[in-house]
Amino acid sequence: MSQTPSDPAASPSRRRFFKGLTLLPVAAALPGCGGSQDTPVRDYVPTFFNAVEWTFLIAACDRLIPHDEIGPGAVESGVPEFIDRHMQTPYASGAIWYMQGPYLEAPPEFGYQGRLPLRDILRVGMAAVDAHCRQTFEGRTFAQLEHAQQETLLTAAQDGKLELDDISSKVFFSNLLAEVKNGYFSDPVHGGNKGMGAWKMIGYPGMRADYIDWVSVRDRPYPLPPVDLSGRRG
Amino acid sequence: MATTKPKVDVVIVGMGWTGSILAKELTDAGLHVVALERGADRDTQPDFAYPKVVDELEGSVHRKYLQSLAQDTITIRHNTGQTAVPYRQMGSFKPGTGVGGAGSHWSGCHFRALPEDFNFRSNIEQRYGRGFIPQDMTIQDFPVSYEELEPHFDHFEYVCGTSGKAGVINGVMQAGGNPFEGSRSREYALPPNPNYLGAELFYGAAREMGWHPYPIPASNTSRAYTNPYGCQMGPCNACGFCSDYGCLNYSKASPNACILPVLRQRELFELRTHAQVLKVDLDSTGRKATGVTYLDAQGREVQQPADLVLLCAFSYINVHLMLVSGIGTPYDPQTGEGTIGKNYSYQNLNRVVLFFDKDVQANGFIGIGGAGTTIDDLNGNQLDNAEAGFVGGGIIWARQPGAGPVRGINVPPGTPAWGSAWKRAAADSFRHSFYYEVQGACMSYKQSYLSLDPTYKDAFGRPLLRMTFDWHDNEIRASQYLVDKAQQMSRILNPIALSGDAKKDGTHYDITKYQSTHTCGGAIMGANPKDSALNRYLQSWDVPNVFAIGSNAFPQNNGYNPTGMVGALAYWAAKAIVDQYLKAPGPLVQA
Repeated sequence: MSQTPSDPAASPSRRRFFKGLTLLPVAAALPGCGGSQDTPVRDYVPTFFNAVEWTFLIAACDRLIPHDEIGPGAVESGVPEFIDRHMQTPYASGAIWYMQGPYLEAPPEFGYQGRLPLRDILRVGMAAVDAHCRQTFEGRTFAQLEHAQQETLLTAAQDGKLELDDISSKVFFSNLLAEVKNGYFSDPVHGGNKGMGAWKMIGYPGMRADYIDWVSVRDRPYPLPPVDLSGRRG
Repeated sequence: MATTKPKVDVVIVGMGWTGSILAKELTDAGLHVVALERGADRDTQPDFAYPKVVDELEGSVHRKYLQSLAQDTITIRHNTGQTAVPYRQMGSFKPGTGVGGAGSHWSGCHFRALPEDFNFRSNIEQRYGRGFIPQDMTIQDFPVSYEELEPHFDHFEYVCGTSGKAGVINGVMQAGGNPFEGSRSREYALPPNPNYLGAELFYGAAREMGWHPYPIPASNTSRAYTNPYGCQMGPCNACGFCSDYGCLNYSKASPNACILPVLRQRELFELRTHAQVLKVDLDSTGRKATGVTYLDAQGREVQQPADLVLLCAFSYINVHLMLVSGIGTPYDPQTGEGTIGKNYSYQNLNRVVLFFDKDVQANGFIGIGGAGTTIDDLNGNQLDNAEAGFVGGGIIWARQPGAGPVRGINVPPGTPAWGSAWKRAAADSFRHSFYYEVQGACMSYKQSYLSLDPTYKDAFGRPLLRMTFDWHDNEIRASQYLVDKAQQMSRILNPIALSGDAKKDGTHYDITKYQSTHTCGGAIMGANPKDSALNRYLQSWDVPNVFAIGSNAFPQNNGYNPTGMVGALAYWAAKAIVDQYLKAPGPLVQA
C-alpha cells in the first residue's frame, strides 16, 4: 500500500499551471486555480480555507486523484470546493465525535484520541506540512514543489514517517485522503463529483436505488448512466 | 428538582425492536405503556423518503441514522492492566438511536439460533470433554431451549415478512433449505429473494466443497406482504441502501414499518422522544424499581413512576443502565463474583474479496441487505471442533447489501491507496468484484466484561461504560480456520485476485474498523443468580420488576446475526410477563 503513485498522465498544461504557482504571488494564482480543464471549479471562492491553505489543498487533491486517461482528477471534479464546504458542517467540527478529555495516547487500534476536530486536523496538518517544506526546500511551500517531491511527502505522511510539529502526519494524511475520496465520490449536491465524472469512471449508477430488474441479469453490463440526488442524469 | 409524572403500568427504555415488541404485547394485555426514546421520532415518511435517504455522505459518513457519540459513548481497553480510552469515532460497531433504533438501519439478516447453540457449554463438554474448554472461557448454557423459543422465532419472522427457504419443517427435511437447522413449525413468511451473481457463484462453489448452501433468511420482503398486525410491506427493489439506512420502500423489516403503525394508534401507548433515561429508580430496599428518571427535550429532569421497568435499549446500554442504577452486583474479573457486566462477547467477522475480469457483472451497487447464500457446514455440531482446534463455529456467506463508492471500493491487494494506479484499480474493480464473509462465533471469557469507567463521563454526568475486550487465541484460530475454508472455496471460482483478512496470531481488537454491531452479553440470562444477571425470562434476579431485553442476555455469541434471536427472546419475555408475572408480580424463577 505504500507504493508511490506516478504521474505519467498529467497534461503538460496542468504541469505548467502548478509550476506557475512558484512564480506568482499566491493571491494572484487563486482565480485560475481550477486546473487546466474548463470547469465550474474556477468560480468557487473558498470561505473556510485561507489563500495559503487553498493553494495547498488544490495541489494535494491534484496529487491524490490526478487527472489522467482513466477519469477526472479531484481538482476538476470540484473536490476542493467539497472540502471547503464540508469543513463548515457540524460533522467537521466534531459534532458526532466524543471530544471530552482527558486525551491519552493509545495504540492506533483504539482510534483517533486527539483533541482536534476534523476541520482543525486538516488546517493544522496543512500548516505543519508547509512549515516542514519551507524548512526543507529553501522556503518553498508544498504547492510550489515538483510533483515527485509532493508525492514523496504524501507517501511519507501516509506511512507516518513525516515528522511534524503539532500533529501526526498519518492522522493528517488519512483524514485528508478520506475527505478527498468523500468529495470525489459523493453526490454532486455536496460540491464535488462535478458532472458525476467519478461515478461514470467506475460505472456507478448513482442514486437510482432500484435494481430489482437487474439482480439476475448476467450477460450484459448495467446499461444506465448515473443519476444524482437532484434528478440530473450523467 | 425533578417533576413527577403520573404512575403508569410499564415504562420502556428504548424504542427499537425489543421495545416495540414489548409495547405491542403489553398494550394487547391492557397495560398502559410509556416508551422513552432518547433520539428523535422516525418513520418511513418523511425520514426515509427517496431520494434524500440515499445520500451516502449523510448516511455512511455523517452517520445520520446512527447514534452520535458526542454525548454518550463507551471507553475501551484490551485488558485490565490498561487505561481505557473513549470510542471517539464510530468504527467497529454502530449502535442506533431514534425510534426504530438499530432495527431501522440493520441489513435484514434474520437467523434463528441452532438447537445446540442453547445448551452450548454442556454440548461441548459432552462432545470433547471438560478439558477442551480453556480455563478462562466462561461460556454457559442458555436457560431456555430452541423448542421453547420456536413459536417466538416463527412469530417474529412473520411480523418481519422474512424471506427464506425452510430446511426442516416438523422434523421433515425440505429441499433447498438448511438441512442442519432446528425444526420449524412452518415455511418462512415469504420465498427467498433473487440471488446476486456473487451469491449464485457461491452456491456452486459451496456444492463443490461438499457443503449445503441455502438462502440467507432475509427480512427484506421478496413479495408484497401484510404482516399479522396488518402492516403492509412492499417488495424489495434491491436499492442497495440497507446497512446504515432506513428503508425507503417499506421492504426492510423494522419496528417503524412492522409494529409502530399499530402502536401509534393505541391510547394505552405513549411515546416520548428526546427522553434520555438517566437511571432506574429503586426503592430503599434496592430490590424494587419505582420507575425511571429521564431528561426531557428541554433538559428537565422527569421521574416516571411505573410498576414494571423494561430495559430495551441497545445491548450494552442496558448493562450501563443497570450499573449506574445499582441493580445487582457489578462483575469482578479477579474474583469472578458479581454478574452485571459479565460475559461480554462480540462477533468474529472476516472478509475475503474476489476480483474478476470485466465480463463478470457483479454489480455490487445492487443490494438486498440480508439476502444471499450461506452455509452451516462449519457451524454448530457440523463442525468437528477437536479437528478444527477451537470452540464455536461460524457461517460463510455471500451477501451484497449494496456498495456505494463513498462507503469504500475494494481494490486488489497491493494497490496503492491513491494516485493513478488506485484510480485504475477502482475503475476495474467496482463492478467486477464481490466479497464473501466468514461470520464466526465469539466466546465469553473471564477477562472480557463491562464496567463503569473511573475517568470519563457522558454529557449527563454519568460514568461512561467501559469495555474490556480483546481477541483470544480461540477466536484467532477460528478466524484462520474459517477464512482458509472460505479462500479454498473462493479459488474454485478462479478470481484474478483474492484478498483475505484472517486474524494473525496476537492480533488485538481494532475498534476503528467496522466489524459487526453484534455486541452481546454483559447482563446475561442463566439458571441461577450466582452466574447470571437475568433469569430465563430476562428478568433481573435482583430487582424482579426490571427486565433487560436484548443481546445483552446472550452468555456467548453464536455464529449467526443476533436479531432473530433477540426478537424471539423479546416475545418469550413478553409472554412470561403477561401469562405469569401479571398474575403474581415477583420473581418468575425461584433462586
